[in-house]
Amino acid sequence: MAEERIDVKKTYKMYIGGDFPRSESGRTYKALDSDGNLLANACQGSRKDFRDAVKIARGAFGGWSSRSAYNRGQILYRIAEMLEDRRDQFMKELGPIGFKTAEAEADINAAIDRCIYYAGWTDKYQQVFGSINPVASSHFNFSMLEPTGVVAAFAPEKSPLLGLVSVIAPIIAGGNTCVVLASEKYPLPAISFAEVLNSSDVPGGVVNILTGFREELAEHFSTHMDVNAMCYTDNLPQEMKKLIDENASLNVKRIVKHPVEDWYDEEVQSPYFVTDFQETKTTWHPVGF
Amino acid sequence: MKYPDFNQTISIDEVGVEERVSRLNKRSIKKDSKVQALKLALSMIDHTTLEGSDSPGKVIQLCKKARQPHPAIPDLPTVAAVCVYPRMVSVAKKELKGSGIHVASVATAFPSGQAPLSQRLDDTKFAVNEGADEIDMVISRGAFLNGEFQLVFDEIAAVKEACGDAHLKVILETGELHTYENVRKASDIAMHAGADFIKTSTGKVSPAATQPVTLVMLEAIRDHYYETGKMIGMKPAGGIRTAKQAIQYLVLVKETLGAAWLNKDYFRFGASSLTNDLLMQIVKQQTGHYQSLNYFSND
Repeated sequence: MAEERIDVKKTYKMYIGGDFPRSESGRTYKALDSDGNLLANACQGSRKDFRDAVKIARGAFGGWSSRSAYNRGQILYRIAEMLEDRRDQFMKELGPIGFKTAEAEADINAAIDRCIYYAGWTDKYQQVFGSINPVASSHFNFSMLEPTGVVAAFAPEKSPLLGLVSVIAPIIAGGNTCVVLASEKYPLPAISFAEVLNSSDVPGGVVNILTGFREELAEHFSTHMDVNAMCYTDNLPQEMKKLIDENASLNVKRIVKHPVEDWYDEEVQSPYFVTDFQETKTTWHPVGF
Repeated sequence: MKYPDFNQTISIDEVGVEERVSRLNKRSIKKDSKVQALKLALSMIDHTTLEGSDSPGKVIQLCKKARQPHPAIPDLPTVAAVCVYPRMVSVAKKELKGSGIHVASVATAFPSGQAPLSQRLDDTKFAVNEGADEIDMVISRGAFLNGEFQLVFDEIAAVKEACGDAHLKVILETGELHTYENVRKASDIAMHAGADFIKTSTGKVSPAATQPVTLVMLEAIRDHYYETGKMIGMKPAGGIRTAKQAIQYLVLVKETLGAAWLNKDYFRFGASSLTNDLLMQIVKQQTGHYQSLNYFSND
């Protein structure tokens, strides 16, 4: 007689430098479904986890930003392919946290399409937003976009997959690397998305995903001197916004806030989300004979 | 003076050494003690550039950094010494005048040591004449591995003589010695032959300094002290890049040799990128904010 089989459950860990470590603090918190039942324990990332992730993201920046734009596009496209392949996994994860079947399907479809959208932009935004400028001397004058560096982001709270993908894709499309804090309440799809990234030719360290509490990490996200930009799309409490803005002044961190209500809206995908994380370099070059 | 028989091998418990290192690495040094350790480590650095591409400009820049590691914090200790090739000694000497920072020079056909002894001695004398306060020599690893211990001993003694008043650091290049027993033996030979410091590596061979190797050498220094009453210094070099590693080394020294060795006269770090990491950690301790290399000068 066959014995009753015990399920093998997945341990949800964080994603740092292409690995899946637990929090160095050893802390976890409970990830619940929409009825308040325990789904799994998620890691409660600490400031040291964040520090480690930034260090790794900085290390990955040189390689990622010097990839050809075309290759970054290929890799974003590959993320879409892998996401398509793991549809069932995300269906299973979105269901218990309040997505009806049709909603979950639409969410996954939109997430895949968003990757494709930004895959297309990788080798085009430079052409559209770079310029040759008229100057009154015998010089060529070019303005070109360059990635700003390491971006720290709060992924949206209520859209644990589509919202997350929509935040990450434009950041990495432009050659930046990032450290992203997953939705606090629904962290699990973000970790499954990390598995997608890990099998999509995205070099380790380009995207790092932490799980944990904004309240705890906001200070460190905003004060870290080696973070060049920070981004969030939720309407944060006034106090936290103020804290972030003030701390960002330490190293003149760029703060990008895009309040988004509806992640299906056409308005939330735009090449301007790529240029949000770019610096403009203007070069003067003497005209030759 | 009677020397030990270098053909005898002192056996080293490999597992024991590595266990002890990993246990000591678990020491938690926080807050005030950490700041103190960071500053101490900074004061023990031999700020080093040993590249084919070294130029007077680069050495001058290095010396400026040695004198004032981080202008935003003027009361920091300076590093212990600047370590360069013999040709750059006079440049460094001039630049460091009056600062109390020593000029160290590698010599003896660094890093391979594969030149006739006469040339290696000339190399040493040249560096000393140019004004080097400290000489970092390499041993003949080939001869050592061949069992020619007397030859290795005599060469070190000859270089020591060529050094005159300059302090002698003897580089064992432990990455080429294969076993802890060899490291121990080379340490003993160097100390008996007149080394003021023993040093792990040139930084040109991988692995460079490791903590287990350092522990073996520290224990050799301890035993030498018990035997002769003479305090020999220790210098791990190569591969020490983070403040965290540096503090772990300080713990090894404290636990093996005691506080008497915890100063720049008896302990040095051979490093180049360690300086900035220490500075970043010191500023982190002061401000509470994680730092970026963008705000610290190169070299």
